[in-house]
Amino acid sequence: MVEKRPVTVTVNGQVRQAEVEPRRTLADFLREDLNLPGTHLGCEHGVCGNCTVLLDGQSVRACLMFAVQADGHEILTVEGLVAPNGDLHPLQEAFWEHHALQCGFCTPAMLLTAYEYLQQHPVPGSDEEIREAIGGVLCRCTGYQNIVTAIRAAATKLTAAGPAPASRSVAD
Amino acid sequence: MAEPATTRPKWIGQSMKRVEDPRFLRGKGRYIDDIRLPNMAVAAILRSPHAHARIVRIDTSAAERLPGVYAVVTGQDVRARMAPLPTFAVGPIYQDLLAVEKVRHVGEAVAAVVAENRYIAEDACELIEVEYEPLPPVVDPFAAMEPGAPLVHEALGSNVAYQRTFTFGDFDRDFNEADHIVRAKLRWPRSSGMPMETNGAIGDYDEGTGILTIYANSMNFTYFQWLIATSLKIPASKLRVVPINAGGSFGSKFFMHKVPTLAGFLSMVAGRPVKFVEDRIDHILNNDHCGSDRYYDVALAVDRDGTMRALQIKVVDDYGAYLQFGTGTHGNALAQVVGPYRIPSVQYELTAVLTNKNQQGAYRGFGSEVNNWVLERMVDFAARELGLDPVAIRRKNFIRPEQFPYRTPTGNIYDSGNYEGVLDKALALAEYDRWVAERERARQEGRYLGIGIVTAQERSVFSSTEFWFWFDQPGFPVTSSPESATVTIDPTGKFIVTLHSLAFWGNSPETVATQVVAEQFDIDPADVVVTYAASQRALPGTGPGGSRFTVMVTGALVGASGRLKEKIKKIAAHRLEVSPEDLEFHQGSVRVKGSPERALTLSEIALSAYMFKLDLPEDVESGLEASYTFDHPYTTLPSPDRKDLGVFYPFMGHACHIAVVEVDPETGQFTWHKYAAVADAGTVVNPMTLDGHLTGGTAQGLGTALYEEYVYDDRGQMLTASFMDYLVPTAMEVPRIDIDHQETPSPYTPYGIKGAGEGGRMMAPGVITAALEDALAPLGVRITELPITPAKLVRWIAEAKARGQAPTA
Repeated sequence: MVEKRPVTVTVNGQVRQAEVEPRRTLADFLREDLNLPGTHLGCEHGVCGNCTVLLDGQSVRACLMFAVQADGHEILTVEGLVAPNGDLHPLQEAFWEHHALQCGFCTPAMLLTAYEYLQQHPVPGSDEEIREAIGGVLCRCTGYQNIVTAIRAAATKLTAAGPAPASRSVAD
Repeated sequence: MAEPATTRPKWIGQSMKRVEDPRFLRGKGRYIDDIRLPNMAVAAILRSPHAHARIVRIDTSAAERLPGVYAVVTGQDVRARMAPLPTFAVGPIYQDLLAVEKVRHVGEAVAAVVAENRYIAEDACELIEVEYEPLPPVVDPFAAMEPGAPLVHEALGSNVAYQRTFTFGDFDRDFNEADHIVRAKLRWPRSSGMPMETNGAIGDYDEGTGILTIYANSMNFTYFQWLIATSLKIPASKLRVVPINAGGSFGSKFFMHKVPTLAGFLSMVAGRPVKFVEDRIDHILNNDHCGSDRYYDVALAVDRDGTMRALQIKVVDDYGAYLQFGTGTHGNALAQVVGPYRIPSVQYELTAVLTNKNQQGAYRGFGSEVNNWVLERMVDFAARELGLDPVAIRRKNFIRPEQFPYRTPTGNIYDSGNYEGVLDKALALAEYDRWVAERERARQEGRYLGIGIVTAQERSVFSSTEFWFWFDQPGFPVTSSPESATVTIDPTGKFIVTLHSLAFWGNSPETVATQVVAEQFDIDPADVVVTYAASQRALPGTGPGGSRFTVMVTGALVGASGRLKEKIKKIAAHRLEVSPEDLEFHQGSVRVKGSPERALTLSEIALSAYMFKLDLPEDVESGLEASYTFDHPYTTLPSPDRKDLGVFYPFMGHACHIAVVEVDPETGQFTWHKYAAVADAGTVVNPMTLDGHLTGGTAQGLGTALYEEYVYDDRGQMLTASFMDYLVPTAMEVPRIDIDHQETPSPYTPYGIKGAGEGGRMMAPGVITAALEDALAPLGVRITELPITPAKLVRWIAEAKARGQAPTA
């Protein structure tokens, strides 16, 4: 057994500490050690993007990172998009409203990828640009169209909410 | 069964937001890999690196010594304790959970390790020593049919598992009388559903009771779970399968038998709960359900004016190493083999071949999507060879609205349809005439713009006869394919609907159930909770598949609601001192017709039903629950001579898809100008989710047409075992899809609903092929195989140019 190493990360605003084997992936760490199963594994090759989480606000493949590499960083998972009072994030609401999910397996990754995109582009570009932004996450159910619609709808809602929208940046 | 309400539906037909969604949006989907039981171990599989090899020796001792390993099992352990896996094949084609004497394809399971976690289990797999004696692989199905070819199953004595020619109608007369025969050889390669979540299960054997619980994301556990019990040599009454939300299926989890059986077996061996979830390589190499892998030789007999007279199909299907579903995927194709056209006779020759590849199973369309592609290819070839317009030749041959119910040559009935109506809507939606003009302009400018059109069928609600009508003496001529529902009103007046098969794989079973129950009782949909029964408690169910679930569960829900409403009316009539016939359901109450002030809320009735027996009529028992099992509403047996296959897939949807593309002949890349789809799935239950199915299915069909293929090399090695090589379309590849609907209700189903889950994938390959071919028509390119990769397009363009731009004839 390889010696375990301590890891301290801030996940969804909470400081979490654990001892993990160096080879433990960030995805397994989140899912099993921190009991956050919303991060899903679709291929474990870094292709499907279904395990996408935000590390210091940047999307990363949780299957391609080791937990020890996340030491000292801040992570946002789908569980952290929900408001403390349990309300869905406007992106989640828009995905629901516009039927942007079917089986729901890629949905957490899609939401986080869209969240990152809207952080960088509060007013989204063309549909092609939105498609490019989510191009790293495979969805087998929807054909993507309603996801594009939902992201645009969420952006409208978020920008209408004022200059300081209900965005919980990872630093909050 | 009870009649659906005759008034205009209030909830059926609404784009209601899905009740399933909140849990998934929150990341609380509780998929199989999210579930952890106390003391649970995890399994990993050692797979064959050879396509065909004898297993000489397996040494598991080093793996067993690794700390954290609880058990290592091989084919010998399986052979000692288990029966072979279930199969619909006839003949000696047995499949063991783990390979015993030999391996028959790359990726076949050879040994399994149960360990503390997946890391250790995979470490241990690397410590297992297997000595193989490689055998010559048989990869090409035509080589497999040659005398002296290596045998995949020696006991069968041949690699041809099945061969037979069926003739329907006066084929010889029609074929010989026709003016012209259009011929083509067509190739549809293997792909698969490839859901983002793989197949998985947790076995939990209770040594105290002898009950084995299996949690699984398989679709059809109530239909087939007793077969898994038979494999495991335990009484079916002691196998409890618990349905778990599936993260996509598209066929891949339709009666998945290997994974749940394995998890159950390993739990019995290891004496603790064991989880096995495929990783992506496991799934690609060894899942139960690869799609069709077919070679066609087709002839369509037509008259000069375009009238279709007869269709001859000779098809070789490369089934891989096992034949789990028999040749049911061709039975499916025979349900709608003539498409929407009045083709009076058909000859269908099927040769099912075994090779050293993974097995076939179900993939959205179940073989009918291939037939759609083939038939629409033939219609386009006919139009071109006869100098007819592709729209006109289709219109000319359509079955007319007044001809329904229409008996097709194979015996299957088409219930209803209005194909010209769909066509006209699609032409308008796609702005077809404008694009025809644009095509002329483009061609004058030397650009390659093309328009494709398909008009094709989507059969829905299978009857199980398609699995066995192939044989004169079928081993198991099953005729049932029911679905059940239970409607419960709790003592507070809230509704609980129980479904009896694993219905959720990304579709909307809970939303459908909510809409139907809200419709039946005139209640607020928010008052309905939907749950799933585990197998020991489950009533007969068949699960989703063959676009059956919405139709069938609606029938069950309408039936259960009818029974429950009768009881409610009896109680209310007793308390209001009126006759039950004088009562009606209205916004959460039961009231007296004509005197709306005399009413009882459902909560009041529910409370009395559970708590106040002495307020009930004497012959009414306590509680408020009813169940109903809805059998297939229209199916008949095949004739003994199999010239008539009977009615087995009668609720016939239809669609017209139109695509406009522009090809860059230098690179083989193309751009989308338009994709329009009009579907007729009878009465629409939820337009929003139907559109979702259609869009997603179209994207999948696009993958089939352009990118996806299981490639085996000539040694049987799998070259596309990851998403780096097996290309699932991303958001960048899928165009915007414009959708419209026509509703031609079925006369035979509740509310007139037809199934629609597979339509997108059943149309898209044909229309994309047609559009690309049309774009390159000036060069004389004829497309007869998928996937149409840029490299192939460039090659075909070069070949066409080399032929001196001779038009095909």
